[in-house]
Amino acid sequence: MKHDETAGMAHPLEDLVRMDRIPHIWCPGCGIGSVFTSCLTAVKQTNIPYNQFTMVSGIGCSGRGAGYINIDSFHTTHGRAIPFASGIKMARPDLNVIVFSGDGDLFAIGGNHFIHAARRNMDLTVICVNNLTYGMTGGQVAATTPFKARSSTTALGNPDTPFNLPLLAYASGATYVARWTMLHARDLADCIQEAILRRGFSFIEVLSPCPINYGRRNREKTLETLKKYHDNTIVKNGASPTELEVDFNKGVILGKFIDIEKPTCDEVYRRMYRPPEETTENRKSR
Amino acid sequence: MKPQVLTGEHFINGDEACAEGAIAAGCRFFGGYPITPATEVAEQMSVRLPHVGGTFIQMEDEIAAMTSILGAAWTGIKTMTATSGPGFSLMMETVGLAIVTETPCVVVNVQRAGPSTGLPTQGAQGDMMQVRWGSHGDYEVIALAPSSPQEMFDLTITAFNLSEKYRTPVFIMSDEIVGHMSEKVVIPEARKIRTVSRVKPAGRKDRFKPYQPGLLGVAPMPAIGDGYNVHVTGLTHDEKGYPVMSVDTQKEMMDRLLGKIRNNLDDIILTEDYRLEDADVVLVSYGVSARTAYTAVEEAREMGLRVGLLRLITVWPFPEQRIRELAKRVKAFITVEINMGQISREVERCAGTVPGFTAGHHGGAVVPPDDVLKIAKEVLA
Repeated sequence: MKHDETAGMAHPLEDLVRMDRIPHIWCPGCGIGSVFTSCLTAVKQTNIPYNQFTMVSGIGCSGRGAGYINIDSFHTTHGRAIPFASGIKMARPDLNVIVFSGDGDLFAIGGNHFIHAARRNMDLTVICVNNLTYGMTGGQVAATTPFKARSSTTALGNPDTPFNLPLLAYASGATYVARWTMLHARDLADCIQEAILRRGFSFIEVLSPCPINYGRRNREKTLETLKKYHDNTIVKNGASPTELEVDFNKGVILGKFIDIEKPTCDEVYRRMYRPPEETTENRKSR
Repeated sequence: MKPQVLTGEHFINGDEACAEGAIAAGCRFFGGYPITPATEVAEQMSVRLPHVGGTFIQMEDEIAAMTSILGAAWTGIKTMTATSGPGFSLMMETVGLAIVTETPCVVVNVQRAGPSTGLPTQGAQGDMMQVRWGSHGDYEVIALAPSSPQEMFDLTITAFNLSEKYRTPVFIMSDEIVGHMSEKVVIPEARKIRTVSRVKPAGRKDRFKPYQPGLLGVAPMPAIGDGYNVHVTGLTHDEKGYPVMSVDTQKEMMDRLLGKIRNNLDDIILTEDYRLEDADVVLVSYGVSARTAYTAVEEAREMGLRVGLLRLITVWPFPEQRIRELAKRVKAFITVEINMGQISREVERCAGTVPGFTAGHHGGAVVPPDDVLKIAKEVLA
């Protein structure tokens, strides 16, 4: 028997994973695990103690993220990760609050919460795994499914136009907007790290394959999807959000598009509403 | 800094008294959305909370409002929202999340007449079954019904204490009439107000189970950042909080959720008797309708009719035992409520062979005492 050199070695992210919940539920060829790895790597790279983080997810395949990270983590109801996270943030502004969820969760049923949290510049790091479909329920059309793409509820092709998510985030008031694919693991980890370390509403879209429920119906094998992520993408930091629709024939633009400094929701609330801290000095003067 | 408890005598409405009760109980987060006739609770909280180190946020809808108070509750603080019928409907899904994740919080419903938009500025008690069964699945809730602005203050404190003690959402089922009625409200000294806070875990953090029942069948609850690394999910979960998709785990979880309420009924159920000792007919009522019922008892007694009142301060869990005991010695029950028969069904269910009647109302006004008397007279004729 060949000697296994990895025997007894711990995975570098093991301290951040609930190892007692492995194996995870994600299918072979799914990209969520890679996105999740980049996210955990980013958390680690910040060197911030883990108990100063919390993760909130909604429902769906990506929504299972919160169940695997070994910090205080919340798997909420469908679409409601952002308002749950907003409650945490406003009550404990010192915490780093990460929302890890999918496109169906964040942009269809949860769309209203997304635009309002962005408008308020709620200090959250929102990571959206965009696999263009509702994976967990078997591949129905989503608000991100490309025009004419097939799904279990659009057998003849999607008649609707999908969202351009970075444009929606920017128009809603997000102060940090970026997009990567799960293939760009290092860029993505660095991007999430930067988003965690800055203050404000940060939105990162991550394109990720769903071979079982999207690829199969659209005659696209996993490796072909990854090849598209490699060959048909262009890194263009600072690109205008108006040119960011997901069209692999034209080429999909990746990078960091928006990075604006603006006071966050909790900061402004504190400044405008909380009375100034009482000091010994002003107490005496009364 | 303004004082946290506004000790003294006030002339305020029920909604404002509710907000003051919340502040006095230690509530430090309110997530809201405007809706008549509950808006004054939010308005008062928006003014008061920042001065006691708390946070008010007006969310984009009632779904978000209800969800935000759960997130905030897990940071270790007491949280609340207030709404009316249409908003209450939107909150229902998250009510289920609060129950299954055993997250303490207080939800105020200042009821107005429905269905749908109904009569926004006029009172009703039409959501009494919705609060019991409105979220999907099987569960127990605690719901209190204040009859006056004073009780809006007092019972809001009770609601927080019960929610912290049992790690469960507690509902204040008020109505437009009590919410908008101004009366004298006496706020006691802070040191005389009894407040309860959730039990925090102790012991080894790596062995902690966030749903392992402790005292009264309730598990201690850590806050985010305490180092317990808890996982909280709306999926069926074991004592560790991990999702387990099995019938056995479902049973274990349900037994825990139902048990902590069903096994502590004596501690949770509050009722008030008025002239019940020799009563032939028992009026069962709650909230503003209990004031109608009280007048009806007085008038009936003047006519020589032996009518008494059982006022439900706790409506859910329903005081089944009390009704069963009364049924052994009375001739009839009349439930007085501003709906066309909701709590009356519970009364009739427990009354056995003793007949039950409903002095109901379609909504928009109180039940006239004469309607109650008419039934009482017929019963005793």
